[in-house]
Amino acid sequence: MSDTAEILREHLGKALWDTCTMVGIATVVGVVFGTALAVVLYLTQARLFTPNRLVNTVVGFVVNAIRSLPFLILLVVLIPLIQLCIGDPYTPAGGAIALSIAAIPFFARIAESAFADVDPGLLEAAVSTGAPLRQIIAGAVFPQALPSFIRGIVLTVISLLGYSAMVGTIGAGGIGDLAIQYGYNRYETGVLIAIVVLLVLLVQLIQWAGDRLALRFTH
Amino acid sequence: MAAIITLDDVSVTFHEAGHTIEAVKHASLEVEQGEIFGIVGFSGAGKSTLVRMINLLERPTSGRVLIDGRDITGLRGGPLRDLRKSIGFVFQGFNLIGNATVGKNIEFALRAGGVPKARRRGRTQELLELVGLSGKMDSYPSSLSGGQKQRVSIARALANNPRILLCDEATSALDLETTEGILALLKRINTELGVTIVFITHQLEVAQRIFDRVAVMENGVIIEQGKTFDVFAEPHHETTQALVERFLGVAVPERLVPELPVGRLVELRYKGDHAFDPLISAVSSRHGVAINVLHGNVEYFGTQPIGTLVVLVAAIREGQRGAQDVEDALDELRGTVFGFKELTDAAVEQALDSPYGGGPRTAAQTKKTVQQEVLV
Ligand SMILES: Nc1ncnc2c1ncn2[C@@H]1O[C@H](COP(=O)(O)OP(=O)(O)OP(=O)(O)O)[C@@H](O)[C@H]1O
Ligand SMILES: [Mg+2]
Repeated sequence: MSDTAEILREHLGKALWDTCTMVGIATVVGVVFGTALAVVLYLTQARLFTPNRLVNTVVGFVVNAIRSLPFLILLVVLIPLIQLCIGDPYTPAGGAIALSIAAIPFFARIAESAFADVDPGLLEAAVSTGAPLRQIIAGAVFPQALPSFIRGIVLTVISLLGYSAMVGTIGAGGIGDLAIQYGYNRYETGVLIAIVVLLVLLVQLIQWAGDRLALRFTH
Repeated sequence: MAAIITLDDVSVTFHEAGHTIEAVKHASLEVEQGEIFGIVGFSGAGKSTLVRMINLLERPTSGRVLIDGRDITGLRGGPLRDLRKSIGFVFQGFNLIGNATVGKNIEFALRAGGVPKARRRGRTQELLELVGLSGKMDSYPSSLSGGQKQRVSIARALANNPRILLCDEATSALDLETTEGILALLKRINTELGVTIVFITHQLEVAQRIFDRVAVMENGVIIEQGKTFDVFAEPHHETTQALVERFLGVAVPERLVPELPVGRLVELRYKGDHAFDPLISAVSSRHGVAINVLHGNVEYFGTQPIGTLVVLVAAIREGQRGAQDVEDALDELRGTVFGFKELTDAAVEQALDSPYGGGPRTAAQTKKTVQQEVLV
């Protein structure tokens, strides 16, 4: 049992940190680029803005194509690409890139549906004031979509946390890596249990914080 | 007076799932500076589509839209946005930004209108005072009643001092009392600020109260337009007649039908301030018939009344001579009033089965007339 404590003391901090940076980077990248794609998808299909079947179909297809790959397969496909970019793909940086690429289309669809749920009547009212597109998106669509948006971020973080464990299995570090190396390969059940408890608590915490935040922006 | 809005032979066709819908067909109308112009018609007639063309929320498939005589049909980008700033739009569903305060909702329009940030709050306060909601700047829409929400949306529509206000069923989601308040506010905006108003409704009570002129739509076509009083007093088109009949029509309460004495039942409609009692008694004594007034009802359009009477004309003398008396009395009535309709038994049944109300009128629907019932 002292072994378990030893392993945890030595590796858990680093593993947690790696997981958090990977998930953190991927979330930021996913939200930024995903939102941008969502805005394109939204604007090109809304009757009131700039409907464009071609752009909408192409972007939609790319987003769906990436989303249709199970993460593990996407990861395998991406390894040579990441190798090309940063050399060693089996690092937290490599993991972050893979996670980011998965996060972008994932969040794009979430953000798009958050935008699409905004009452079209409200858009008409906003358009009728003569406001420019940027103001309509930032001042009317976004505040209305914000609660769904926040819930979408929570969903993304939690999914990425799951994916990050898979990144760990190929040796890119993080909690998943720890679980495989010690919990699985060395039969350290204690480590495994500690990681399970930690993940459960972490997910609960994220969900709770996200729900509170979403509620704060709902009026 | 010059037309501020001109729709010149506009049509709108929608393509949806393989079939086309002609929502508006070759409609033309002119709205004059400073008036309240109404559009009425049954659901699906194309009223919203027609009005949404005025600020190009909907683009005509063919025809032209002119504002102040200037053709705006092709406007896009910046010039279109500038045009929209001068046209306020009020919707049935309020369409406020729910997650923004009342103040922020109005400031949204002010920002669109290029009002500098420093002046926005002051102007918002001013607008809220205008619509009678001074204390609500920092409230969220969800905490307001329907009438208050509509006031906010009116304030938003007026933010950039528009010359035109478009209202699409602006009172249809509100109860009668709240509607009164909103109509009074709109009337004030019209007279005090000189804002031209185009107002869609299917409630003729609203039309009666505030419209100067009215257009009636059916199946995408404007079937009739003119001064509200004239259209309501003498509707030419069948659909307008049906609309007006439903509103002014006097239904004989079902409970009375079996008890009616023998005689001829006629509905008389008159406009202006005719005192009717003298005519009734004059005709009755001149021709020796009994005239019972079963129902009376007067509706005012602005200051002009339209009255409706349902009378039962019965013979006093027996046989052929009595029947002739009745004929003569009816002839005189027919020549004096402007609306004369004999209600046969079938017509009575029909009046009871309102074709648009679905089924017979309920007690509540006939209440208005029952109250003014003058059974002799
Ligand atoms: N964007 C659209 N796409 C397809 N069809 C439409 C669209 N907007 C309206 N229509 C159709 O056009 C017709 C007229 O609709 P419109 O909303 O103008 O009627 P309305 O008189 O305002 O009715 P209501 O009183 O119910 O509001 C209807 O048949 C409607 O289904
Ligand atoms: Mg409508």
